[in-house]
Amino acid sequence: MSVKVLIVDDSKLARIVAAKALAELQPGWSKVEAGSATQAHDLLAGESVDIALIDFNMPEKDGLELAGELRAQFPVMPIAIITANIQDEVIARARGIGATFVPKPVTAEGLQGFISGAALRLRSGS
Amino acid sequence: MIPELIALGELERDALTEIVNIGVSRAASSLRKMVGHEVHLSVPSIEVVSQRRAARLIGERELDGLVAIRQDFSGAFSGRALLIFPEANSLELVRAVTGDTLTAAEVLDMEHEALAETGNVILNSCLATMANMLKRSLTMTIPEVLRGNGATLFEIDDTGKSDGLVLFLYIDFAIRQRDIRGYIAMLMDLPALAILRELLEEFIARVIGDDER
Repeated sequence: MSVKVLIVDDSKLARIVAAKALAELQPGWSKVEAGSATQAHDLLAGESVDIALIDFNMPEKDGLELAGELRAQFPVMPIAIITANIQDEVIARARGIGATFVPKPVTAEGLQGFISGAALRLRSGS
Repeated sequence: MIPELIALGELERDALTEIVNIGVSRAASSLRKMVGHEVHLSVPSIEVVSQRRAARLIGERELDGLVAIRQDFSGAFSGRALLIFPEANSLELVRAVTGDTLTAAEVLDMEHEALAETGNVILNSCLATMANMLKRSLTMTIPEVLRGNGATLFEIDDTGKSDGLVLFLYIDFAIRQRDIRGYIAMLMDLPALAILRELLEEFIARVIGDDER
């Protein structure tokens, strides 16, 4: 099964780091990148993805807002919010939309739990 | 004009923004614990500007008096970190961190100490994260509480001598339930910036590897 991961972060460096951690865990998966929530929506209008990794602190629209919109569109898609901001309210909002927390800076170790869970969910769903 | 030596490239700027963002996010999480309400953060803004311009960037938005907690840092690179907010918010912040248990007189009495302590937690959290991520240790001075306007906080005098270029980093924060808002700002002079640039290069090489650029 080929899995496509959407990485959304306004920082190019952060996207490279996330992609590197992802490639370490799942070398066979492909990725697409967006630099903002708007770009993510534009991209999703043209192609489908299986998993989303979304940065929290972005200009214009934050990652939790985007995650909420994606959740409405894709009820079962595994979504992770990437952030160093571990305030209770932020965690509660992420839980409320069924998104997983991944600590920043992203490492293969930090991403592993989410990716294994997502792989399992995708396999059982297909 | 910004000398080419210290102009940051796209990835360097990204790396610095990321590091500051992680530092400030952790600081906000600490402040959240102290005040019991969510702390909202903006995306960090990073500019190389004159010291005067940096003061103006704050001054333009804040017409009334400001309070700042200032800590200088030194080590591989040195600079100054400030937690700034409108003077009118100062007592409210003290009430928020002391949990509304104090009388008005006690709040006034505690103000200086509570501000210094809050600033210390926030600024240390940012600076320690930066130091760890750049793999260099930084030492920090004792927090100092200052009152004034943009120009006095950035130590601008009328002789024009202090108007060097600085790396000016700032982030807005707000505790909406308490009607508290402020800024975290960092200033570094050009020699510090040149060193910082090298450390950012090392950081980038570490996190993405040399092969992918």
